[in-house]
Amino acid sequence: MKVKSPLEIYKLLPGTNCGECGFDTCMSFAAHILDRSAKIEDCKPLIEQAKKNDKAAEKLKKLIEITAPEVDEVVIGKDLKIGGKEVLHRHELTFFNPTALFFDVCDTMDEKTIDERCSRVVEYKKFYVGKYLTLDGIAVRCTSNNPDQFAEVAKKVAGYGKPIILVSLNAECMEKALKAVGSDKPLIYAATPENWMDFLKLAKKYSVPVVVRSKDLNMLKSLAATFKAHKISVVLDPVTEPAGKGLQRTFERVIQIRRTAILGQDKDINCPIMVTPIAAWTVEGDDIGKMYWETVIAALFIVKYGDIMIIHSVEPHTIMPLVTLRENIYTDPRTPVQVEPGLKAINNPDKNSPVLITTNFALTYYTVESDLQSSGASGWLLVLDTEGLGVEVSVAGGQFAPEKVKQLMEETKIAEKVNHRYLVIPGLAARLQGALEDETGWKILVGPTDSGRLKAWLEQNWPPGSGVEVKQ
Amino acid sequence: MPEGKITLEDILKLLSKYEIKELEGVKIEGGDIEIEFEMGAYPNFQAIGMELGLAAYHLARVAMMLGFPVQQLFAQQQPAYPAQIPQVPTQLKEEEKIELIEKKFEPYRQEWSGYVEEVQLGATPKEGGTRKYTIKLGGEKSLPFYLFDAEQPHLPSISVDVFDRAVPLPKAIRTHYEDVMGHPDEWAKKVIKDFGADAVTIHLISTDPLLDDTPPHEAVKTVEEVLQAVKCPIIVGGSGNKEKDPVLLEKVAEVAEGERVLLASATLDTDWERVGRAAKEHGHCVLAWTQMDINSQRTLNRYLLKRIGLPRDSLVMDTTTAALGYGLDYAYTNMERARLAALKGDEDLAFPISSGTTNAWGAREAWMKESPLEGDYSWGMREHRGPLWEILTGLTLSLAGVDIFMMMHPVSVAVLKELIHTLGGKKKEVEYEDWITSEL
Repeated sequence: MKVKSPLEIYKLLPGTNCGECGFDTCMSFAAHILDRSAKIEDCKPLIEQAKKNDKAAEKLKKLIEITAPEVDEVVIGKDLKIGGKEVLHRHELTFFNPTALFFDVCDTMDEKTIDERCSRVVEYKKFYVGKYLTLDGIAVRCTSNNPDQFAEVAKKVAGYGKPIILVSLNAECMEKALKAVGSDKPLIYAATPENWMDFLKLAKKYSVPVVVRSKDLNMLKSLAATFKAHKISVVLDPVTEPAGKGLQRTFERVIQIRRTAILGQDKDINCPIMVTPIAAWTVEGDDIGKMYWETVIAALFIVKYGDIMIIHSVEPHTIMPLVTLRENIYTDPRTPVQVEPGLKAINNPDKNSPVLITTNFALTYYTVESDLQSSGASGWLLVLDTEGLGVEVSVAGGQFAPEKVKQLMEETKIAEKVNHRYLVIPGLAARLQGALEDETGWKILVGPTDSGRLKAWLEQNWPPGSGVEVKQ
Repeated sequence: MPEGKITLEDILKLLSKYEIKELEGVKIEGGDIEIEFEMGAYPNFQAIGMELGLAAYHLARVAMMLGFPVQQLFAQQQPAYPAQIPQVPTQLKEEEKIELIEKKFEPYRQEWSGYVEEVQLGATPKEGGTRKYTIKLGGEKSLPFYLFDAEQPHLPSISVDVFDRAVPLPKAIRTHYEDVMGHPDEWAKKVIKDFGADAVTIHLISTDPLLDDTPPHEAVKTVEEVLQAVKCPIIVGGSGNKEKDPVLLEKVAEVAEGERVLLASATLDTDWERVGRAAKEHGHCVLAWTQMDINSQRTLNRYLLKRIGLPRDSLVMDTTTAALGYGLDYAYTNMERARLAALKGDEDLAFPISSGTTNAWGAREAWMKESPLEGDYSWGMREHRGPLWEILTGLTLSLAGVDIFMMMHPVSVAVLKELIHTLGGKKKEVEYEDWITSEL
C-alpha cells in the first residue's frame, strides 16, 4: 500500500462519521483500511456519491489507487484471491491470501482416477485451531493435445465446483476449453514467448486471468507489462526447475521478483507468483522420492512468496504438512488467536466430573479440548480470558490472575454444576496454587504440563483422595 | 511391559512413577503448546505399528532420486537475466495491433551493514584438540541462501542427537537406533557413518536426579568415550535439571579441554554464569537458549559477552524451535527478526542460530497413528508424515537463518541436507522433463 498514514486516507473520505462502515469515525475507518481490516467499498456514502458526481468519483479512484496492495490481487473462479501481498516478512504486517494449492488431473486419465483426485481435493479437511484447513482447486492439464478431449475433461472437472486452472500451451486446445468453462473464470496457463499473442486474445475474449511463463525475467516482465496494458490479470510463472542448480535459480528468480516488486516498486512485475512443485515428478527416480521432493519444493515456496501452486501428490501425508505450514506462515502475527472465554462441557460431564481450567489462547484451548475429547474423559473446562496468551506467558504476565479465575467461576456458576470443590490447573500455573486456593476457597490440584497427559493424570488423580468430597 | 513393544499406556505408566517431577526437562514455551525436550526425554509417544526399515529404504530412494549430473544438457543455459530480449512474434493477426512491450528486469539491490559472527565448533590437533575436522557456523552477510546478495561462507550443518542411556522415542525414530541404545559411542559412530551427520549432540540425560542421577564426574566419561569414538565436533547437553546442568557442563568443559565443544545450554533461569565461565576458561562455545523472546535473547547474550567476557566467536543462540503446527509461526518469525536485526547491525543478536528440530516429533501429527478427531480426513501414512514433519520444521527455519540443526530421523537429515546443498549452490544441473504435457 502506497499510503503510510491513516490521515492520507482520511482526507479522501466523506468525514461525516456516519458509522455506516461499522466504525465510529472516518478516522478509525481509515486506520482499518491501512491495516487492511476494512475495505473502501464499506464506505457506502462514498460509493453512492461517486456514482453521481465526478469529484467524488475522482476521490474514490485516488483512494483505490493509493490503497492498492503492493502485489496485485488476482481472483480465480468466483472468489479465490491470490497475491495482494504488502510485505516481504510476515512480522512487518501479515501475509494476505494464503498460497492457493491446486492439484492436477490430466485429460488422458481414466474417469475413475479423475473422479478420485477431484473428490480428494473437494473433501479434504484437517482440523486446526478451531477450523478446518482445506484445498483450493484443480489444475486440468492437456496431455492429449486434443481440443475436444481437453474441453470435455475441463467441463467434467468444473462440475466439482472448485476453482480451476486450465493447463495447455496450445491456443487451440485452450480456446476449446474456454468455450466450455470460460464462464467459471478459470486461470489459464500459460502465455509464453511463443504463444502469448493468441493467449492475450483469449484472455481478453473470455476475461480470464492468465499465467505468463518465462525463465528469462526480462521476457517475463515484458509479457506481464503487455498483458497488464490490456487490463488482463497476470500471474507470473518464472518456471520451477525442480532440482539441483535449476532449483537454486528458481529460488533466486522468485525472491528477486517479489523483492523488486515490493522494495523496488516495480509495477510491471508486482503480480502473484506461481510455483509448480509438480515438476519434481519429471526428475528421474521413484515415486516416493518424488513425493518427498515435491513436498519440499512446495514448502520452500509457501514460506517464500509462492502465491499459487500446482501439486501432483494428493496423498494426505504430504497434504497435511503443507496445509499446516501454510496456516502457520499466513497466521496474522499481529493478533494472538483467541477463543471465547467461558465454560465448556466436554463429553457430557456430571456433578462428579473434574473441573479444569485453561487459557483462551486458541492453540492452547483447542489442544486441551481435543485431548480431553479424544481421551474419552468427561470434565468441565473453564476457559479464562488471558487476552489470547498461553499459560506460561499469562501466569508470568498476570493475565492468569487468581481474582480473574474467581470471577470466571462465579460467572459460569460452576459451583452449582458440581458436587465437589476441586479445580485442576495446568502444570505451568503451579505457582498460583496457593493464591488460587486463598482466592477461590477451592482445593487446587496441579495437573500435567502437557494436556496430552491429562488422561493418565486423571486416571491417577481423579477422584481425589478417597473419593469425591461432597460439600452439599 | 511386553517385550519389544511399548505402547503409550506403558510409557505413561512408567512415567507416572516420576509424577510431575519427570517433567523437569520438558518445557512448555511461548504459546504454551510446544514441548522443548531439552533433556531429550520423549515422554508421550505412542510407538506402535511402524514397519522396520521402511524409512531407511526411503532414505536410499530419496538419495537415488537426487543429484543426477547432466551438465551437457544445460551447457546452453541462459543466465538469469540476459540483457537481450528474445525475438517474439509481432506480426498482426486480424486487425488489432498487439505488440510486446519490451522491458528490462532490474533486480532490486539490498545491502546490509551487519553480519553474523563466525563460530568454530571442534578443534584439530593443530588447534589444541583432537578433531579430524571442524565446523564453522555463521558468517552470513545476507538472508539465508540469498547467494545473489552475498556469498554464504558456511552452509548450515546438521548434528544428530545421541543419548547416554536408553530413552523412549517414537517408533519411527527408535527403529534406527535400537541397536545402539545405551551405547552412546556406537550411537555417535552410527549417525556420522550411516546418516551423514556433520556433528553429534550428546545429551547426558542419565544425570537427571529422577532417572539415574549419574554424578557429573561419572557422566562426563561418556563425553570422553564419544570424543574417542568419533572425530567430528561435538555438542554436549545436560538433562534439563536447572541446578545440576551448570555443574555438569562445567565438568564437561574440564574434561573436553581444547576440543571447542558447544555447551548446551546457558539459560537466564539457570546458572549461566557458571556455564559461561567454564566455556571461557577451557576454550569452548556456549549455546544461549531463550524462550522465543528476542529481548531475553539479547539480554542473555549481553550477560555472557559483557559480564563473563565470553569471546564473540564462542556464542551460538537457540531462540527456541516449535514444531510445525505448534507454534512454528512464532519460532520462524522470532528467528527471522533476530537475523534481520543482526544484518541491520544489532551486534547483540549477530550470532549463529541453533534449532532443536527434533522438537517436530512432539507434534501428534508426526507420530500418532491416525487423527483422534472424527471430522478429519485421514492423516495418511505415518512413516512419511513423521519425517516430513521434521523436514518441514527444519526447512522453514532454515529460511529464517538457522546455522545448525539438531535432528533425529535419518530421512529428515538426508532430505534437509539435500535442500541446504541445493539452495547453497553445491549441486549440479539435474535433468528433468516438461511437466505440462507429461502424463507423470
